[in-house]
Amino acid sequence: MGKDAGTVWTVHDANKMTSKEIYGRVLADLGERNDKIVGLTADLAKSTNIGIFGDKFPERMFNVGVAEQNLFGIAAGLAATGLIPFASTFATFASLRAAEQVRTDIAYQNLPVKIIATHSGLSFGTAGTTHHATEDLAVMRALANMTVVVPADGWETAKAVRACIDIPGPFYMRVGRGFEPPLHENEDFAFEIGTAITVKEGSDITVITCGIPVLQARDAARELEDDGISVRVINMHTIKPIDREIIVQAVLETRRIVTVEEHNIIGGLGDAVASVIAESGKACAFTKVGIPDEYSVIGFPEDLYARYKLDSTGIAETIRELLGKEIEADEDWTDED
Amino acid sequence: MPKDVSVEELKAKAKELRLNILKTAKSAGSGHFGGSLSSADIFTALYFKYLHVDSEKPAMPERDKFVLSKGHAALAYVPCLAMKGFVPMESLESFNHYESAYGMHPDAGKISGCDASTGSLGHGLSIGVGMALGDRYQNLDTKVVVLMGDGEQNEGSIWEAAMAASHFQLNNLIAIVDRNQFSIDGNTEEIMSLEPLDKKYEAFGFKVIRCNGNDLAELDKALAEAWGEKEKPVCIIARTKKGFGVKRFQGAVEWHYGAMDVEMYKEALADIEAL
Repeated sequence: MGKDAGTVWTVHDANKMTSKEIYGRVLADLGERNDKIVGLTADLAKSTNIGIFGDKFPERMFNVGVAEQNLFGIAAGLAATGLIPFASTFATFASLRAAEQVRTDIAYQNLPVKIIATHSGLSFGTAGTTHHATEDLAVMRALANMTVVVPADGWETAKAVRACIDIPGPFYMRVGRGFEPPLHENEDFAFEIGTAITVKEGSDITVITCGIPVLQARDAARELEDDGISVRVINMHTIKPIDREIIVQAVLETRRIVTVEEHNIIGGLGDAVASVIAESGKACAFTKVGIPDEYSVIGFPEDLYARYKLDSTGIAETIRELLGKEIEADEDWTDED
Repeated sequence: MPKDVSVEELKAKAKELRLNILKTAKSAGSGHFGGSLSSADIFTALYFKYLHVDSEKPAMPERDKFVLSKGHAALAYVPCLAMKGFVPMESLESFNHYESAYGMHPDAGKISGCDASTGSLGHGLSIGVGMALGDRYQNLDTKVVVLMGDGEQNEGSIWEAAMAASHFQLNNLIAIVDRNQFSIDGNTEEIMSLEPLDKKYEAFGFKVIRCNGNDLAELDKALAEAWGEKEKPVCIIARTKKGFGVKRFQGAVEWHYGAMDVEMYKEALADIEAL
């Protein structure tokens, strides 16, 4: 059992639950202690697991039917009366179908609506491209006032759901659909929104990643260790506000950066990291791994992760490629600061 | 509870509001005359008789909530809030100016007494549904009023919200449609016909009340009936004239938005004074 009171399942259970199921359970726990929490969904109570909260608190769960624009407009109205609404639907609908309601009704008004969007990235692979969410981070990052989080596993999901209550404004988090092995063994680790986690130290190259690929990057780093390659892995669970310090430090200390994300390579984590690097004035070898600027193909998630090099094999391959890239030598480079 | 205010007193306030709309538009350089003048009587009846709001306590939870879904009527809304003491009267001179709190569409973060930032059409009814649910869940005996334009009835999101309002049995929600017959490009029935609008709201589960929205006696009666409704969400379809009160603007689609020269301004003031 971890440090956060109120978790009613065992560690053994949590290692078998999907992140969205953990979300539903944590929210149901929080609901007991905070009667300002209300839940909303658009006919996806079961699929997003916010229904676990709804089963416990039917009087404060609002299912608006298949109407995502209305979902987020209503959430804004509820927040304007002093409540803390958690609104859940699939990530692609939250970020695209209802983008203007999220922007104008919620983010512009800086209302504390917590958008927990499931079926992130390629996690609903066989549903087809309409149900892949590969633009949501770009949309949400561009909204002023919005905090954007991508947890690496169920444990981080639980911590982020608890932490987001204290954020006074809007919050967007994407979680997957199915079961993925957890990155952490239990919830005994520090998790603070806006502060990245160094999963593994390393000095030759840094992988900055978020969500499901974090575990894959760690596995790739461990494999490469046998070949004498020292890979640092950073779990950038908060895309906005991004942890600038840890990025600049990685640039200074490893001079080679790979970003890995389950998102179009335009507008997501990779671009957020690239901006920090460019503004630091320190050049480095850099590459972004994600969905190239195209619509992702249909398939099981694990096959799609392999295709887009988001699995450990693909990440290791990219690391080797970037290590082979020549960069401008400058002996005094690390002393400039 | 509505205050004891006579129709004659409301008429005097409506005239004052229309004059303030013209003065504000003059400092702003231009404005949405049509939809602001058409809805001036609705604003007056709500703010001077029906809505329980307090400029000293603009965020008190037990206040009635108001959402201006037709955000382009900020030219009527902000002067009305000024007349109620929420914002200083002299601040209206800054309307549309650089870094002003007031632009063509209202910003709740910058305007005391403004419950929702609006401007993109079709959003207000959903926000109102959320407020009505929120107040009911918190056992607050309030009304939530959403003032919509007729053009925005074309937006699908309005009907998503209408469906939800009756599904959730929101007897604390009052929707008002400023039925001035025009959207930007012309007559609503030629652009994308709305009629029979009353039957549509009835079919969506609303209690529908029809009235002349530029006749304060009729509006007063309609709002009294709406305030007393215990079962259903209410939709008041208020028939109005675009630009009501100024002969040049009245019923003229080209004055949805525009700018007056000095002569037009004098003429408009005279028209309102003569009402």
